[in-house]
Order: sequence, then C-alpha cells, then structure tokens
Amino acid sequence: MLKIENLHVSYGGIRALRGISLEVPDGKIVTLIGANGAGKSTTLRTISGLVKADSGSISYDGEELLGMPIYKILEKGIAMVPEGRRVFTNLTVRENLKIGAYLRNDKAQIEKDLDWVYELFPRLKERDWQLAGTLSGGEQQMLAVARALMSKPKLIMMDEPSLGLAPLVVKGIFDIIRQINDQGVTVLLIEQNANMALKIADYAYVLETGLIGLTGTGRELLVNEDVKRAYLGS
Amino acid sequence: MDALKTTLPYIISGISVGGQYALIAIGYTMVYGILRLINFAHGDVFMVAGLMMVYLAASLPLYLAIPLVILLTVALGFTIERVAYKPLRTAPRMSVMISAIGVSYLLQNLALYITGGLNKNYPAIPWISDRISIFGMETSRVTVITPFLTIILVAALVQLINHTKIGMAMRAVSRDFETSQLMGIQINRVISATFIIGTFLAAVGSILFFTNYPGVVPTSGAMPGLKAFVAAVFGGIGSIPGAVIGAFIIGIAESVIKGLDTILIVNGAIDEQIGLATFSDAFTFVLLIIILVFKPTGLFGEKSTDKV
Ligand SMILES: Nc1ncnc2c1ncn2[C@@H]1O[C@H](COP(=O)(O)OP(=O)(O)OP(=O)(O)O)[C@@H](O)[C@H]1O
Ligand SMILES: [Mg+2]
Repeated sequence: MLKIENLHVSYGGIRALRGISLEVPDGKIVTLIGANGAGKSTTLRTISGLVKADSGSISYDGEELLGMPIYKILEKGIAMVPEGRRVFTNLTVRENLKIGAYLRNDKAQIEKDLDWVYELFPRLKERDWQLAGTLSGGEQQMLAVARALMSKPKLIMMDEPSLGLAPLVVKGIFDIIRQINDQGVTVLLIEQNANMALKIADYAYVLETGLIGLTGTGRELLVNEDVKRAYLGS
Repeated sequence: MDALKTTLPYIISGISVGGQYALIAIGYTMVYGILRLINFAHGDVFMVAGLMMVYLAASLPLYLAIPLVILLTVALGFTIERVAYKPLRTAPRMSVMISAIGVSYLLQNLALYITGGLNKNYPAIPWISDRISIFGMETSRVTVITPFLTIILVAALVQLINHTKIGMAMRAVSRDFETSQLMGIQINRVISATFIIGTFLAAVGSILFFTNYPGVVPTSGAMPGLKAFVAAVFGGIGSIPGAVIGAFIIGIAESVIKGLDTILIVNGAIDEQIGLATFSDAFTFVLLIIILVFKPTGLFGEKSTDKV
C-alpha cells in the first residue's frame, strides 16, 4: 500500500501541496481529481521522486520513499506515465518500450512483456519500427502507458492519460486501465475527465489548491452534489 | 593528369587532418547533444593529452605511455564534468558555459606553469611516424592510418549509440532528462559516459595529430579545437555523422588551400607563389560565418535543438 501523510511541497514560494494525506491500497484504482493547479501532478511527481518534498511522508509497503533516488522508487515497482505523454520522439516505438524496461535484466521475460503490451495495444505493434515522433497523439499516449508497463510495475501512476484524445480513444484508454488493474496492477489516476475517472475508481480524492477536500468511493463522489457542480459540469 | 597529381597529395593529407578533427569534433557534438553545452575546455583537454604524452614517454616505454595517456585523458574529461559541470546541472546554461571557459583557461595556465611556455617536443612513435612516400608525396605513415582508424572508431561509436542499452539511454537523455529519469536511467552516469567517450576519442586524435607536429605548447589545443568545433557546427551540432563529415570537409579544404599556390602554378594559372596558403585558417572561420548566417542548423542538424 502507498501511504501519503501530511505531505508539504513547494516550488520556491509557491505552496503546491499543503499537507495532504491519502492512501492507495494494493490492487485498487484510486483517482485524484481537482481543478487546474490544484497540485495533482505535483503529488505524482513527488511520489516518483522528481520533486522534493518539504515535509511529510510517502511510504510504500512501510518503506519511506522520500529522499530515495528516482530509479530506486521505480525499482520498488512504482512507475509513472507523465503528463503530456513525453515519449522519446527520437527513438522507435520498440526502443521506447525497451527503455521502459531499462532497469530489468531478464531478457526473455522482457520479450514476453513486449508481446503482452503489443497485445494490449495492437496499434503499437503495427508501428514497431516507426519513430515515436511520427505517431499520432493518441498513439503516443498509448505508447507512454505501454512504456510504463514495461517496467512491470506493481503501482502505475497516470497523469491525465486521456488528455486531448478523441472520445473513442479515451474509452479505449479506460478499458486498458481496467484490464491492467484486473491483472493485479494498482492504479493511481489523475483525470480531468472526472466522470469517467470516478466511474472506474474504487476510491477518489478531490484536491483543492493543495489540500484534500472530499474523499470517498468513486460511486459516492459521482453522486455528490458539490462534486457534480464543480467537476462534472451539472 | 598533372593537376590531379599535384592536388592529390594535398587531398590525402587533408583527409588525414580531417580525421583528426573528426575525433575531436565528436566530443563537442556529443556533449552538446546531451547537455546543450559547448565544452570550451575540450580543445585544451586535447592539448593536455599531448603534454602528458611528452612527459610520460620520457620515462616510460611507448607501449605503456600510450594507453596511460588515453586513460589519464579520459579521467581528466570525467573529472572536469563532475567538478565543473555537474554541480551546475540545474543552473542556467550560460553558467555552465562560463564554467567551461574557466576550465579551458585553467588547463592552459597549468600547462604554461608546467612547461614554462616552452615548446615540448612530441616523442616520435615508431611505425606511425615513419616516413613513407605516397603519390609522390613524402609523409608519415600516420597520414594513411588516420582516416582508417577514424572510420573504424566512428563506426564502432555509431554501433554503440544505435544498438546498445547505454547508447539508447544516451539518445533518451539527449531528448528529455526528466522522463529518462522516470525510466530508471541515472542521467549522471550517462553524461559521464558521454564525456568518457568524447575524451577517449580526443586522446586518440591527439596522438595522431601531434605526431605530425614538432611539439606541444599550452595553446596547441586552441586551433584544432576551434576547427573541430566549426566542423561540429557545420555538420549540425549534436549530429555525429555531421561532425565527421564536417571535419573531413574542413580538413581537405584547409589542406588544398595550403597547396593552392603550387597547384595553380602547375596548372599555369599563376606564375609564382602569391601566398594563398595564408588563408587556410581563415577559410574555416569564413565557413563558420556562412553556416551561421544561412543554415544555423548545419548539414544534419535538427530544426530545433531545444528540448521538448
Ligand atoms: N516547476 C514548477 N515551478 C513553480 N511552480 C510550479 C511548478 N510546477 C507546478 N507549479 C505550481 O504548483 C501548483 C500545482 O501545480 P500542478 O502541476 O501540480 O497542478 P495540477 O493539479 O496538475 O494542474 P493541471 O490540472 O493543470 O495539470 C500550481 O500553482 C503550479 O503553478
Ligand atoms: Mg497536472
């Protein structure tokens, strides 16, 4: 289980997180929703080690992650799909996937996992040798998810995986999230599309300018009047 | 036929010089590719490699001195990066650039202190400095060896970059530091590897280069360094094939200009030496200005060198 306690993060003078606490139990889908600038990405970036925290604690299976180098956190089984795809445009699709498995040395199993992600994303398989820069936005997003899966994570964090995608592709991405979760991978999901995120999530947290507002199961928040007004546009 | 016969030796020696520039230019272009840093100290590291050879060969047999020079040069490149550039990883690019200029002067001043500014004779390396005669031109064997050795090393490097794990990591890091880290890549290691490769090639280049020159002085690295830098810009900084092709073009052009008087006299175009050789260095810099004005991205450069 991933457990965040009283986490404070700031950029210079800007206090992005002002003492948040949350839990991501194993095998669940947890979503983090909130307005632009609420601190969602900051939360994920701090968990992955990209951003340093001021104070608080992030533990995974009882082990403190704060202060751990980024690659160690990945080694613990926490992978991230960053905001804005960030595929390596100068590498081929296959290389992007291989680099996702950078820390692994089990060659034979890596090949098998390549087949596994290609099964999840047949479009990528067809584009195996293409440079990632030549993929469409949706394909790049698939690649970013597939790349993170190649590290064989126990917990995958996704920062707005559906951003800028056509509705049908968004549905595809959510189907994949469910499939990944069914295979035992824990998911921490950030979404602008609160409606879909809450439908898929076991638990949800609402972030409001650096603080946790509401929490509850996805279903509870989906019918919550405040959430409806602020995030579901009704 | 006569024209060809007089021009050919200059072209051959130009190819050789080009190969030496190429070995230096790769260091510039790789470091730029990964850090967006023009490593001004690179030419001076090349000079230090020359000096180390002078001192080491004085007390050690060459079969020990040569590998030791290469090893120590690599260690120097590695140390410079760790001490002068790494602490500035998140600083503005200009600060790193200034640090590089500082290292450049530091190395020159240290060399001045150690040599007293005197020319230090470069040791003759048997076999490669042997005199031979090709196409009627008296030269040393290194002239012939250089282009082949350069091509072998470049081919090995391209193989490394395109087909190994560390090569893939280098390409990833050159594109996006942060995402590379998310893949578990330790970028400092990859950056160190880049400096190690760059200085290794410069060390090999220095052995080939100085063999053809009477000696080493503290400013010996400046001119070849600058020319290799222009070659890297010409080829499109960040591109390895670009740097190599740029270096060969500059080497050949420079050498042909050096012999232009003779070539023209043989062809009956002019009657006596008119001193065109003076312009051989100037040519490189005219080329630099032309590229920067008309095609700043060089032959093979990417349109935007900024990170996505
Ligand atoms: N590198 C940075 N330097 C300075 N301030 C930053 C930086 N990154 C984020 N911030 C600030 O921290 C706050 C939280 O940003 P964050 O990116 O976590 O928001 P978010 O919830 O992911 O928003 P969005 O939905 O727009 O992606 C914002 O006020 C933002 O301006
Ligand atoms: Mg965000």
